[in-house]
Amino acid sequence: MKSYAEINDKIKSGKAVVLTAEEVSALAKELSPGEIAEKVDVVTTATFGAMCSSGAFLNFGHATPPIRMERIELNGVRVCGGLAAVDTYVGATDCNPESPAYGGAHIIEELVAGKEITLEAWGKGTDCYPRKHIKTRVSVESLNEAYLYNPRNAYQNYNVATNSTDQIKYTYMGTLLPKMRNAAYSTAGELSPLINDPECRTIGLGTRIFLCGTEGFVAWNGTQFHSTKPTNAHGIPTSNARTIAVIGDLKRMSTDFLRGVYYEKYGTSLFVGIGIPIPVLDEEMARRLSIRNEQIDTTIIDYGDGNKVLGTTNYAALQSGEIVINGQRVRTAPVASLAKAREIAAILKSWIEKGDFLLTEPVRPMPTGTSLKGLKEKEC
Amino acid sequence: MIKKLVLSFPVDTTDRPLIYDLIRVHDVSINILKAEIQPGKTGSLLAEFEADEAKIEEAIAYLNDNGVMVNPVSSKVSYDKNRCINCGNCVSACFSRALTIAAPDWILNFDTERCIACKLCLKACPLKLFKIEFAEI
Repeated sequence: MKSYAEINDKIKSGKAVVLTAEEVSALAKELSPGEIAEKVDVVTTATFGAMCSSGAFLNFGHATPPIRMERIELNGVRVCGGLAAVDTYVGATDCNPESPAYGGAHIIEELVAGKEITLEAWGKGTDCYPRKHIKTRVSVESLNEAYLYNPRNAYQNYNVATNSTDQIKYTYMGTLLPKMRNAAYSTAGELSPLINDPECRTIGLGTRIFLCGTEGFVAWNGTQFHSTKPTNAHGIPTSNARTIAVIGDLKRMSTDFLRGVYYEKYGTSLFVGIGIPIPVLDEEMARRLSIRNEQIDTTIIDYGDGNKVLGTTNYAALQSGEIVINGQRVRTAPVASLAKAREIAAILKSWIEKGDFLLTEPVRPMPTGTSLKGLKEKEC
Repeated sequence: MIKKLVLSFPVDTTDRPLIYDLIRVHDVSINILKAEIQPGKTGSLLAEFEADEAKIEEAIAYLNDNGVMVNPVSSKVSYDKNRCINCGNCVSACFSRALTIAAPDWILNFDTERCIACKLCLKACPLKLFKIEFAEI
């Protein structure tokens, strides 16, 4: 049994043993969880994928004379005008419907890249904010605050998507060819953060993480946080379950780990890079961290036929390039970058090894016993 | 069969509705990929001709008779490697298995020999890094 304080002391003295989740899974073939708990202090997990429920809060500062911005456009994209005078929230999927291939996600990437963005805003003019219109250019340098706040990221075990119809489907899981000519998966398997701590024992409010190239934090449980999904024999939920809300300073992020993207006939989204360090507190935690791809099951969903469940598979099979669905051999491909996720896990590992990055004990644990409510339509 | 062809129109091309004739008279299915035709000037048209080989031959002869030069083209798909994030979305769409991503490194691999220029990757890439160029053979 190790405490957070003991692990942090080891990190500070440069003596902490840090492995990536893939490295610890390989080690687990030879060592027992007890031996791993003895030898290893921290395990780094990571993911780099499209996370649509993402966005950034920006504060523009006041002009002279000042304006109460009630309608705001950034590079022609309408963004939130409901946050007092000069604050906004740019959602990754915000766009001008007439040119849907460019949106909030691209604006966030351009800000991170240091580019200038055109800001145009309108207000009705008030006694205290007399101005009615402003058009200017802003950059991440000129903003008072710019921080990413993503309400739902790093899904615990997303579904596999396929399409049984005879029509091509363009989805947020990419291009789904007709008659199950492909199946797409987005979770990083044994490297994925919430797979390695399936009950969120160490991931909670205040957990310090890697977010898009800099330090970030878990701010809250993510939206649609589902903690009662069925689990397999290894305690892993077999479909998309828990999520996290994350926060971090946009001014310190890098476009290496944050990218605005457009999915054909779907819309814009943001590729977000997240790395989470998990302390090897005890043998039980080591057992969770030892999970291997073949032990992580997930659900295959037919995106062509009302999200019908077609079966289950696991990440060893998915990463082999082919799975079998209802007797049919189906080619698989990822739609999130395992290469980038590995890069993130390795960077986070190096930060911890250098003593630059200490672990935080959750300020408050994640909720338990939660499930999802649908949206009911009521007469009005 | 499908043949990709570049049609070069001279300045004094006949007034006949050539493409209409190809479709109606010669029974060739035509998919126009690129067109640069202005009245009174030379023009070019990149199109896929779909029919059996004999019909395509007849269609080409008809175009030649009307002063139109016809040349086969090759198409070359490429992508911006520097901006690629190796997400795999193009691989998912690539049914000819020209684009692959796999263990151990999970870096995108493009076997141009297997590419049939179906252009699905152009749409599937969320960063829009793919482009297709045509060259006369």
